[in-house]
Amino acid sequence: MSESIETILEGASICACVGSGGVGKTTTSAAIAAGMAARGHKVAVLTIDPAKRLADSLGLEELGNAESQVDPALFEAAGVDPGGGELWASMLDSKATFDEIIERHSPDPETRDRILANRIYKQISGALAGSQEYMAMEKLYEMHERGDYDLLILDTPPSRNALDFLDAPRRLVQFVDGRSLRMFIRPAGFGARIASRGTSMIFSVLGRLTGVDLLGDLSEFFTATSSLVDGFRERAERVQGLLSAEGTEFLIVCGPAGEPIEEAAFLRGKLGELGLPLGAVIVNRVHGGDGGAPPGPEATRALRNAGIGVGLAKRITASHADLQALVERDAENVEKLVGRIGEAPLLRVPEMSDEVHDLAGLLSLDPYLFGEA
Amino acid sequence: MDPFDKRLLFVTGKGGVGKTTVAYALGLAAAVAGKRAIVCEIASQERGADLFARKPIGFEETRLAKGLWALSVDPDELVHEYLQTHMPVRAMAELLHRSRLFTYLAAATPGLAEMVTMGKVWELAQTPRKAPGRSRTYDVVIVDAPATGHGVGLLRTPRTFREIARVGPLANQARRIEETLTDPRMTAITIVARAEEMAVNESIGLEEALTGAPEGAFAVDRVYVNGLYPRRFTDDERSELEALGSTVGDGPAGSALSAATEEIARVAAQSAQLDRLRAGVEAPVVELPFLFAPRIGRAELDILAEALT
Repeated sequence: MSESIETILEGASICACVGSGGVGKTTTSAAIAAGMAARGHKVAVLTIDPAKRLADSLGLEELGNAESQVDPALFEAAGVDPGGGELWASMLDSKATFDEIIERHSPDPETRDRILANRIYKQISGALAGSQEYMAMEKLYEMHERGDYDLLILDTPPSRNALDFLDAPRRLVQFVDGRSLRMFIRPAGFGARIASRGTSMIFSVLGRLTGVDLLGDLSEFFTATSSLVDGFRERAERVQGLLSAEGTEFLIVCGPAGEPIEEAAFLRGKLGELGLPLGAVIVNRVHGGDGGAPPGPEATRALRNAGIGVGLAKRITASHADLQALVERDAENVEKLVGRIGEAPLLRVPEMSDEVHDLAGLLSLDPYLFGEA
Repeated sequence: MDPFDKRLLFVTGKGGVGKTTVAYALGLAAAVAGKRAIVCEIASQERGADLFARKPIGFEETRLAKGLWALSVDPDELVHEYLQTHMPVRAMAELLHRSRLFTYLAAATPGLAEMVTMGKVWELAQTPRKAPGRSRTYDVVIVDAPATGHGVGLLRTPRTFREIARVGPLANQARRIEETLTDPRMTAITIVARAEEMAVNESIGLEEALTGAPEGAFAVDRVYVNGLYPRRFTDDERSELEALGSTVGDGPAGSALSAATEEIARVAAQSAQLDRLRAGVEAPVVELPFLFAPRIGRAELDILAEALT
């Protein structure tokens, strides 16, 4: 029996699931949330993925930026009595969250409208690398501040680097701040007071490369945002502080082979460097054997004796040998990973023959995550 | 249909489906077909080096096999190259590149990193080449693009950039790149999927997002379904095995039989998803086999390259 996620998350108010894309992070986050809710906790899971994976996996038609509660009747239908537990889910709308922040920090409606209408703002709020990551943390912070839940589970965005989101607030503040830029760009009409010939050249080159209008928009953007930078920065610092605060646990989610398993070991090191607590490593989709006899001529003979034709018997043995190769590959990889993650418990979730796409499916992962397998 | 009659092939799809592996297998297949191909890694961290068991590839165009090259793009290097190409005086380009203010501005300009990345991809496909000191030309450029959301964002960057910048050399370049990307004779998007519910949903949505825009639509030329288990057993044999299940017991025959039954269940689940995918996408669907090897290397890439075409 392995350790239970419930024990690992004891006392935690935030649980961040990290790992590379396609390893089942969203499913794992939702399964942990469902399992914790089934044990009487009030849990919200925050997902960021634009593919609406969580909506898929919870059978919810649409998740808004606000949390919605998963119908308790679904728990009953799955044969679970959650007691006082509740499961809530929210899918991040990054643009809407960004707009809310601008509204909150704008000193007056005029400034707000100028920013919301600015073309640079429209670009970054939708597409700037890292803005999605920051908005996820902003949303998490907001939910945490409200204090409505015992536990918040963050399914981190599928970014190039799984830990990008940790640094997102700092990078975004750096961008929105633009203090050093404002020294050089002035809105048209004020005239451009240029500090030196070098700067002048840089602007003329950048203007030529990127188009003069772009600079105009940037200038307008930084001028409009200057009044809300301090509030924004202060907030971002608190947001950034949230994940390094007491009560936050990290879970690394990975697959049993290839790149994801390498990434898991890398993430473990990175979390350690940052002094962030690693609750557990969860290896998804591990091929498990029945521990029975290895494939070989003996099996083929036994199949023949059971009345199976020689061609079919050989194909059955081949199928067994292929599966066995995967079982061995996964076992070897997991073994290596155990050696690289130190103290943290490692949980194995087996490859299921059915996909997880509803609450009952999520709860079928329960025994592996909550130490009852 | 020849996938290599396009100059630019973008490989995208859900995270973890094997985009990089498929991109390199496409590269090998193109090389085998007598083309000069280059794989341009954007999202991944030097996976090509792993696949071909060699040192990291980096920003230099590196030969991996006969007819196959690769490079891994780095936006910062690209801005540098861009300056060298567009600045009349080389010293000036160097000065700018080292200027902190310029670096800062370049980093702060929304979409600039994506824009220079697309610029590089486009440049690789030019005959003759435009970048200084590059003379090798390629018949096909295969881009190992980021996953779905970021991948679409990257493909749309030239359009967005053109709309924001409007004038200037970058806006002009953005226009040229956009024309190439949306020209189905020049550019095709390849989606990599798996026969799993969420990957199928995402692939269907991705094709819609790429082809559905009234303006600036892209052509999706095929959907590769990765990791399909072999169909070793006929329907009759499956019934035979099920009937046998309880009678063989726990011995060697039982273990073998339960492995085969498990495989049959997975094949059935995959077939159902494969049917949904075929019904949901317009582009032809091509099946790729599951690889049982513990590590993907050259031999496995060759198997995929064979299956791709």
